[in-house]
Amino acid sequence: MNYFVTEIDRAGTVAVDDTILVKGCEAKAGSHILDGFVPLFSSDAVERLVKAGFTLRGKTHTGEFGLDIAGETSYHGVCKKADGTLSTAAAEAVAAGAVKQALCVDVNGAPRRGAALSGVDFLKPTYGTVSRYGIIPTACSGEQVGVCAANAEDVEEALSVIAGHDGKDGTSLPAEKYEYAADKDVAGMKIALVKELYDAADEGVRAAIDAFRAKLEKAGATVEVIPVTDVKAYATAWQIMLSAETCNNISRYDGVKFGYRAPVYKDIDELYVNSRTEGMGFTAKMNVLFGSDVLSKNRYMSCYDKSLRLRRLASEKMKEIFAGFDAVLCPAMSALSVPAYDLAETFERTERELLFTTIPNLTGIPAMVTGGVQLWAAAFGESTLLSIAATAERMAD
Amino acid sequence: MKYEVVIGLETHVELSTKSKIFCACGGHSEADQPNDCVCPACCGMPGMLPVTNRHAVELAVRAGIMLNCRINQYATFDKKSYYYPDLPCAYQITQWFHPICTEGYVDVPTKHGVSRIGIKQIHMEEDAGKLVHDDWADVTYVDFNRTSVPLIEIVSKPDFRSAEEVLGYLEKLKAMLRFGGISECEEGAMRCDVNISIRPEGSTELGVRSEIKNMSSLTAIERAIKYEVARHIDAVERNTETLVQETRRWDDMKNRTFAMRNKETAADYRYFPDPNLMPVVVDDEWLKEIRDNMPATIEQKTAEYASMGLSGQDIASLVSERRLCDLFDAVVASGRRPADTAAWILTDCAGILRRGGKVIGELDIAPEALSYIIGMVDEGKINRGVGKKVLGAVIEKGVSPEQYVKEQALDAKVDESLILDTVKTVLTENAKAVSDYLGGKEKALQSLFGSCMKVLRGKGDPAAIREILVREIEKLK
Ligand SMILES: [Zn+2]
Repeated sequence: MNYFVTEIDRAGTVAVDDTILVKGCEAKAGSHILDGFVPLFSSDAVERLVKAGFTLRGKTHTGEFGLDIAGETSYHGVCKKADGTLSTAAAEAVAAGAVKQALCVDVNGAPRRGAALSGVDFLKPTYGTVSRYGIIPTACSGEQVGVCAANAEDVEEALSVIAGHDGKDGTSLPAEKYEYAADKDVAGMKIALVKELYDAADEGVRAAIDAFRAKLEKAGATVEVIPVTDVKAYATAWQIMLSAETCNNISRYDGVKFGYRAPVYKDIDELYVNSRTEGMGFTAKMNVLFGSDVLSKNRYMSCYDKSLRLRRLASEKMKEIFAGFDAVLCPAMSALSVPAYDLAETFERTERELLFTTIPNLTGIPAMVTGGVQLWAAAFGESTLLSIAATAERMAD
Repeated sequence: MKYEVVIGLETHVELSTKSKIFCACGGHSEADQPNDCVCPACCGMPGMLPVTNRHAVELAVRAGIMLNCRINQYATFDKKSYYYPDLPCAYQITQWFHPICTEGYVDVPTKHGVSRIGIKQIHMEEDAGKLVHDDWADVTYVDFNRTSVPLIEIVSKPDFRSAEEVLGYLEKLKAMLRFGGISECEEGAMRCDVNISIRPEGSTELGVRSEIKNMSSLTAIERAIKYEVARHIDAVERNTETLVQETRRWDDMKNRTFAMRNKETAADYRYFPDPNLMPVVVDDEWLKEIRDNMPATIEQKTAEYASMGLSGQDIASLVSERRLCDLFDAVVASGRRPADTAAWILTDCAGILRRGGKVIGELDIAPEALSYIIGMVDEGKINRGVGKKVLGAVIEKGVSPEQYVKEQALDAKVDESLILDTVKTVLTENAKAVSDYLGGKEKALQSLFGSCMKVLRGKGDPAAIREILVREIEKLK
């Protein structure tokens, strides 16, 4: 299976997910409804990379709007691992050495799962450090461009280029540049292992966590198991916000201006209904239905508003944890591999996996997947994550 | 039974900003082709993010100050979802949860005295585009020029008791907003939704309310209110229909309102805070800056001009247009006399514009140019008639007064020898008048002076011409 939905330059070294815009290069975002949409501008992250001398290899397949487990809902082709199980095209391209780095939008954890499934690294930086200008939006309040690469050094190389203030994004933080380094000493670090997430993963994942924990301890860190009792509520809150914002953002794909238009319609209502019915996949529709419902008059206070309050609680909880720990260790997903499954279950299956990935999207803290496990740090703690990953990568299994 | 009419108004006004509210597109009102003034952001393309136009916030706050509102220093932008082809993102960014201004009032003069109308809130939002239907081809086109143009919606309390109060309010609002530099309030750019109900006089309960959407002409608003009041009274007294709370549309041709299809009104807009826009925080410093830069109100300007000794009529004419006041103030500030300046603007400029079929509100002249012309006349370098001629050229052809005077050799100082030559010629050619004058007929001088002026075609300072003429004629004695 080809990793790329669109090839740009065979000599290029960076892959860009199809949810990230490259000027003049058709962007489909895994959906039929965007057919023929050619953006007039590149995303800020891509602009920065190109300006710094990086070359683009191609646009990697993503699930429809990046809303699935690991790219399985793409209309344009699904990338699978050699054994037929799932992983994202970006992570597979990196694992196969087809590219050195890949840019991916992390909104529901899919790039982190991809990295875990393909055995590579992915870092989702702190919200507001990388511009969201030029990414096909789903849940604006938690989506962030991150870097996938084979090791921490390669992640750092691209991340340090794409991060920095962008006036075109109203949520972009003011710092012009961020200095990242993978040179912090892991010895003496205090790492928290989240009990609820550890318990929720299967045996294989728990074994991977145990092995990583042993490495950290060998490197001189201490690992302590802590409870984070509300993880389920946080995941539900993020599912509510994710669907609500996505529903709102993909409403613009209506067949009127660009993208797919149904060939047959009587009036404007049919144009909308037919174009969206034919153009959107099952998972996108699920998000539209769920998102419309939680934003409706009768539900707003009990769903959306409550989710906003849970977001604040989660942020406070993270502050409390990072007051005592340098990083958090937890699984990236429930299992080490995902066999192909009936796509009618995508929404529910993805929702279950959100348990492991939600908190960084919900609260904006950075998260990294390395060696099949997940690490979180306090806001702007990317260097801590890179240092832990680099240290573990240097140690033999 | 006597009924009391209860009316509330939601008034949409376009803000006078250079660019749109969340993108850099500007000048939509000058765009002559559809979709001339658009960018990927206001066309709803994915990947573009809204960035708040600071000046739009300042104008909204300024409106709030003028309408005696509380300025909310923490305001949010929220998304309102609905599908319509003129709305490219299928959501409109508005202020639903935390509007920028709340709780104000405005005093409206009416025949029966002053009515105080409460303002519930002022919120900011983006405008939608426009649909153009081609009946011949049976195709509808979308024009996004107006999309994302900043609006404020001024929501009144249900404090109006008559159509007269409504019209008085709208006229006052229009004058205030124009004068305050907040909105040009151009034809059709002020749009109202009129909420209307009736109740028996003395009752404090509100009756069933109907909302007439999207009205822009004052006469239509007046007629629509009268129609609705009659319809409501008929329904209550004669059971002609059962009133329901609904949205209606005014049909100017048929002179009546119609209920809009339920589908258009029963929408759930699914409001939620826009995560792409940080809350608008008008901190004390910014608020002070806005307050310090508030332009004078019509009342303040009126008092100021009265103290300069301007006539009531001149004052009324000047304050009818902010730009006339700005022009007047700048010219007076450059040292010209107020009454004289007012005459130049309101008589001379107005006359020149009338000649071209324009009104004084369309006057476009740099204060420096007008001040220069008045100065030339004051200093006797040109006469008033020539001054008017220069003014005409400046207004109509956009020339610079300095250059025009030089090119047309209108400057008396430069042409003293020309005046002398002219006087000598006139004296030679009018021997009869000369001898009449020398014989004691003073009046003959006037005829000789007229001849000189005619030859000079208005050039030169009349006083200087007269002086040279007398000097030369005396020599002939
Ligand atoms: Zn624009």
